[in-house]
Amino acid sequence: MKVPTGKIPLPRPTALSRPHWDGCREGTLRVQRCRDCQTLVFIPQPCCGNCLSERLEWVDSSGRGTIYSYTTVYRPQQPVFETPYTVVIVELEEGWHMLSNLLGVAPDDVRIGAEVEVDFHAMSDEITLPYFKLRSAS
Amino acid sequence: MKTPYPDVAIVGAYNTVQAKQLPQWTEPSLVLDAIRGALADAGLTPDDVDGVNVSTWVSQLSSRTVAQWFGGRPAWTGTSHPGIEAVLEAAAAIQSGQAETVVIATAQCGAYTERESTVVWTRPENEFVECWGLYTAAEFALMAQRHMHLYGTKREALSEVASAIRMNGAKNPEAVHFGREVSPREVEASRMVADPFRLLDCCITSEGGAAMVLTTKQRAKDLDVTPIQVLGGALDRQGMSYVTAPLWHRYGWVGRRAFELTCQQAGITHKDIDFAELYDPFSFEIIRQLEAFGFCKEGEGGDFVMDGRIRIDGEFPVATNGGIMSYSHAGVVQLLQKPLNAVLQLQGRLVPELTLHEPRIAIATNGGSGALFCDVMALGKEVA
Ligand SMILES: [Zn+2]
Repeated sequence: MKVPTGKIPLPRPTALSRPHWDGCREGTLRVQRCRDCQTLVFIPQPCCGNCLSERLEWVDSSGRGTIYSYTTVYRPQQPVFETPYTVVIVELEEGWHMLSNLLGVAPDDVRIGAEVEVDFHAMSDEITLPYFKLRSAS
Repeated sequence: MKTPYPDVAIVGAYNTVQAKQLPQWTEPSLVLDAIRGALADAGLTPDDVDGVNVSTWVSQLSSRTVAQWFGGRPAWTGTSHPGIEAVLEAAAAIQSGQAETVVIATAQCGAYTERESTVVWTRPENEFVECWGLYTAAEFALMAQRHMHLYGTKREALSEVASAIRMNGAKNPEAVHFGREVSPREVEASRMVADPFRLLDCCITSEGGAAMVLTTKQRAKDLDVTPIQVLGGALDRQGMSYVTAPLWHRYGWVGRRAFELTCQQAGITHKDIDFAELYDPFSFEIIRQLEAFGFCKEGEGGDFVMDGRIRIDGEFPVATNGGIMSYSHAGVVQLLQKPLNAVLQLQGRLVPELTLHEPRIAIATNGGSGALFCDVMALGKEVA
């Protein structure tokens, strides 16, 4: 798939999630980390999912990971999404997971375990989305 | 039979008309038809009711409003969503003496008008989900795909599940897809929706209503019905549906704890359960639940469903009315229709082609792995 050109629904950042979206706009994938037990927390929440500590900080992820699972979608959520498009769960190197879309891979060629990296695309003045693409051999 | 609710009986069960669309109905009129139908089924009148749990999704009808419809007499009101949680809540209210006769009802119509998009209750609004084009089918597909990767679950197993359930609906005159027989080959030939799910792997959308009446076992003795017992039940909730990534290793076995607690309460094991009204949003979800509940080993659900085992004449029938793949899927109403159909099947009230031979114990489920919740309950029929 390619980056959507139509008006797809974009995130409306909250006080809690804004650091993540600010990071995307600045070209860095950010995730919360617990200062007490080092657990990574995503999606953003007010406390650590392991120890309930509220002492969370935002840290930078490498943006590299592998495909944990995927589905190529032929019936779109809304017509503005051009089909087919591939939804992936990415397992980041640091061990956390996020949903995204995989760019530039034909549906038949998507594989669980494939190595991917974040690929930022500005969708509006405020929102840059963290898509993923296959990691180039380097 | 063992149960935490020994003094409680389900005595009324009623489905309104179900159809792809019911333009001549409103949700309140469907709810009233369902309530009247369930009370008539029990041989009770509105005067007998001292507890209500009614809610609807589109018109936002509440139990307090419906208590007013019953003349505003004092009544217990339930706060759980329609479905297993509402049945368990009502049973607890009756067992503890808060109410004698409770009616649970819900209906849904008029929700799905913009057919270019997926049905509105399947679409997430969360900022980490919506922009990727996710919706219910894609969420459950992410689970299925991981399972297929880990265990080698085959396409044929998905097709067999969808065909088995749709064939039940084809035999059910009350089903939205009555008469529409579907073979595994046809499932496999239907168009792709969200890999691995093809169109016929997915549930339908429709409109309709349903109601259930519970009362005391004492009161049930005066009624001309086969009382059905609530043998137990529990809720597994693992977070908000359609917000976090549906990770197999964290959410794949949702419902296992609820199933085990249900069996402990009821004092039953797998071999005691005659059939299962399992939540059937997508073919794979049946395979997942059978594994999660331990009817087979992890990863062996695909083999378990083959050779007709879950078909109506098989060893362990599931979704015996055609489920939400063929009978009806009116949004939240299906949550109540799962235990409700277990009642009808235990009472021997489905058409002969779908009636099992003297079933005694059933389970019903609401929710699955893509939704990150799974509620389970067991129902039973006293045998003399
Ligand atoms: Zn912590």
